[in-house]
Amino acid sequence: TVMAAPVTNDQSWFFALALGVSFLKCLLINAYHSTDFEVHRNWLALTHSLPAAQWYYEATSEWTLDYPPLFAWFEYGLSHIARFFDKEMLVVQNLNYASPATILFQRLSVIVADVVFFYAVKECCKCLREDKGKYLLGKPSFILTVLLLWNFGLIIVDHIHFQYNGFLFGVLLLSIARHFQNRHFEGALLFSILLNLKHIYLYIAPAYGIYLLRCFCFTQSNIYASPESRINKLSIDLPQVLSRLFPFKRGLCHAYWAPNIWALYNIADKAFSILGVKFKLLDINKLPKASMTGGLVQEFQHSVLPSVSPLATLVCTVLSILPALFRIWHRPNGARGFLRCLVICALGSFMFGWHVHEKAILMAILPLSLLAVESREDARIFLILSITGHYSLFPLLFTTQELPIKILLLLLFTIFSLTSLKTLFRSGGALLNPLEATYLLGLIPLELICEFVYPLTVWQKTFPFLPLMLTSIYCALGVTYAFIRLYISLLTCSDSTKKIKTQ
Amino acid sequence: MENWSLISLCVLLGLTARWAVSFHSYSGAGKPPMFGDYEAQRHWQEVTYNLPVHEWYFNTTNNDLNYWGLDYPPLTAYHSLVCAYVAKLLNPEWVELYASRGYESHSHKLFMRATVLFTDILIYIPAVLLYCFYFCDGSSKQKVATAFCILLYPGLILIDYGHFQYNSVSLGLALWGILGLGLGWDLFGSLAFTLALNYKQMELYHSLPFFCYLLGKCIKQGLTWRGFFHLFKISMTVLVTFALCWMPFLSDPKQPLQVLHRLFPVGRGLFEDKVANTWCSLNVLIKIKTLLSRETQLFLSFALTLLFVLPSSLKLLSKPTLWQFKLALVNTSLAFFLFSFQVHEKSILLVALPVCLVFNEIPLIATWFLLTSTFSMLPLLLKDGLLLPYVVTSLAFLFLSLYLLSALERSTEEELRLGLYRKLTQRWLPKLNLSRIIKWKFWFSLAAMAALSFTSVWLKPPAKLPDLFPVLVSVLSFLHFLGFIIYFNQVQLMEPQRKKSQKKTN
Repeated sequence: TVMAAPVTNDQSWFFALALGVSFLKCLLINAYHSTDFEVHRNWLALTHSLPAAQWYYEATSEWTLDYPPLFAWFEYGLSHIARFFDKEMLVVQNLNYASPATILFQRLSVIVADVVFFYAVKECCKCLREDKGKYLLGKPSFILTVLLLWNFGLIIVDHIHFQYNGFLFGVLLLSIARHFQNRHFEGALLFSILLNLKHIYLYIAPAYGIYLLRCFCFTQSNIYASPESRINKLSIDLPQVLSRLFPFKRGLCHAYWAPNIWALYNIADKAFSILGVKFKLLDINKLPKASMTGGLVQEFQHSVLPSVSPLATLVCTVLSILPALFRIWHRPNGARGFLRCLVICALGSFMFGWHVHEKAILMAILPLSLLAVESREDARIFLILSITGHYSLFPLLFTTQELPIKILLLLLFTIFSLTSLKTLFRSGGALLNPLEATYLLGLIPLELICEFVYPLTVWQKTFPFLPLMLTSIYCALGVTYAFIRLYISLLTCSDSTKKIKTQ
Repeated sequence: MENWSLISLCVLLGLTARWAVSFHSYSGAGKPPMFGDYEAQRHWQEVTYNLPVHEWYFNTTNNDLNYWGLDYPPLTAYHSLVCAYVAKLLNPEWVELYASRGYESHSHKLFMRATVLFTDILIYIPAVLLYCFYFCDGSSKQKVATAFCILLYPGLILIDYGHFQYNSVSLGLALWGILGLGLGWDLFGSLAFTLALNYKQMELYHSLPFFCYLLGKCIKQGLTWRGFFHLFKISMTVLVTFALCWMPFLSDPKQPLQVLHRLFPVGRGLFEDKVANTWCSLNVLIKIKTLLSRETQLFLSFALTLLFVLPSSLKLLSKPTLWQFKLALVNTSLAFFLFSFQVHEKSILLVALPVCLVFNEIPLIATWFLLTSTFSMLPLLLKDGLLLPYVVTSLAFLFLSLYLLSALERSTEEELRLGLYRKLTQRWLPKLNLSRIIKWKFWFSLAAMAALSFTSVWLKPPAKLPDLFPVLVSVLSFLHFLGFIIYFNQVQLMEPQRKKSQKKTN
């Protein structure tokens, strides 16, 4: 059979997987889409109708342009194709316009933009150290391809919720692949392009900065600085752009708490305040009202624990990633060490950042997939992080119609990653220890309670956001655990620079 | 990777595809006053829940048979009753007598779609998996690949989860019947098939092969009391099952007669709407509907059906093996589809099921047939607004069966079983490469179907011929089906009477 054929069909399976996932994405065209759909339609309209100087001043719609200029130019390019589908979507005043042609165009644009991601995954597969397997399903490159192309988070966020992460992560993975292939200039250039497409990648800029400075900037002249400045010429009015890009007026946590440290901090604060009122240590009238998960994005004061300012989160984030950066500076472990540091930076910023979206967990999961198919310990961390992180994306799709889809796709991804990684690292016992396995199995009752049992109880009306809080906190535990384990693996890994130099 | 994980991945993908198709529109959405099949199913829930059993099939003040009267056998009615109980729990408005006519809401649509998914998971999918694991040749990966391709057959997904019907129940039960017979559990197989028959009367298309196979087996056991006893046991199982299903209707002699009258509306004509069978296609050239009297039409249809059904059934009687059984199912149901009375385009699904079962042995021809069957339903799918899922599922299915089952590679003359064709051309054109011709025809036919699909959607038909595209679709499909019935008959009838067979036979 084709699946057992060793050499002759070597690349056709890649095409088959890419085509298969594209078919699935096409079937999801009619699924629920979030307000992000209107956001992007608005950007198509305003980049098409207005001159560039006004893009960051336009405020007819509440969804102002809050991505960097290069992404705005990308939307401008798309708008020229959008004309052939439905001209009405390009009118700025047509708020919430969503004709079938508009939906078709926008969905197809995400699916087609994913071609960049496919190319990047192909390049990443070439960077794997050894790719031998008895049969196709056991090859690391096959497993990596499925983990990336069929990643649950990307499918859910990009093709249902609606965003362009596939395309952006393609640029990121391509940049990483170029570093693995010792094409550092291209890697740096790609990262600068990425930063100008979506500024959230600043989370991992320190890893790039330290790695490139340490390994190359002292030997060659200023390669990192020049592409950055070239691209920045495309931006226009810096203060206005920056004010749109970094809206610090928003609260510590998003309306739904991302499963990070601040979620645990908030719940500790709430617990202390409840206990304090119960034991008459606090006066209930002095406590600030309004729940943080009330669905509104607002600044919030904590009642018992000290409140957290944006500066505090920045300091915490920097402190959390500093040891990793020092480690890379002193003992760079080649491209793999850089990748590990990158994942830690992404995860550290996720854990301690200000107003973090739960979607940002993908920035840690996707690069970690590369490490997961090569080392046992990384596979373990990947399993915990990916299953927990993906589960934490569930509240993004809150409609009943999408409930079966998200459960089926999560099961699909989880079963595949568990069985394939278990088979890959067969020698050496079980991949997950009993505690970890129990934690992951605990997600099943959590899901049953939050989405099936709780809505039928009386508390649904009085405490509607309790399931969200439970999900955030349960997942925050898993994410924190993965973060700690990743740090331990970075700080204790043996120096294998001699092996890396032969690549 | 272990088998169980591969199977679960395939099932999960199959379920995802099904549910994703269900996001789209259903038959008769937003089209008062009659709506479509979706409203019919909802209405049956309303009727069975609110009215007593003896009123279900009769025209009473509460039950207007002109508004989607029940025209399926009792098991469908019982199924609707069970769904109605659940519906009542969720939202009583959905099954309110009279008031719920034409009820359409997002949550109701989710409920209806969920009922289809539930029965699919319960009945059809396990049957497919069991079939592939017990009766398919090849490595376990090939079995999983076959199961995957069968689960992704577009026609069934589009009709059940798009248009809205419960074909997975009747086809699933029939498949359990085939499984039972294949495993040698004749009584279980007969029971399952009788239940299928009591769910949808169209399963009669499959009944002749079941009968001939069982009879043939009994005869093979010798004309002794053992054979007769076996036959007796099977007949008793069938009769008891019928009695149990029809029990509420047996109290009054008028009841069964009325039910039969609803199930077999001989008052209607030779065909309705455009369907890819002989009569509709012939009607394009000569208006037989008006030319011949109804008695002549009935007689002609009966005669031709019998003509095409007899050879296959007799061969099965003489050689009751599983392979012959599957081929006989294909041939008989295709013959009924092409020549019978009052055939609907959805009946092609009854032929598609046995063709799915020969997927592993003749992948190329099976893929060709299954794609054609989906294409033949295009006018219906377009009316329901299912263009996008039609395109995506058909392309995905084509790609998967060509890639996973190596359909194009496994197409030598021997694998395509072109024995008779080879013998015919041997004399005059000995150097003819039949397998290459078949492959060319395959691609050409796919191109023609794609082109016709494209024009049906994008071009407007000329004013004088408003039905041009549906007619072209049905005529093209008819020509394909004619070719397929000749091919499958050839495969079944030309099979040599080998004592030692290379395939796994029963």
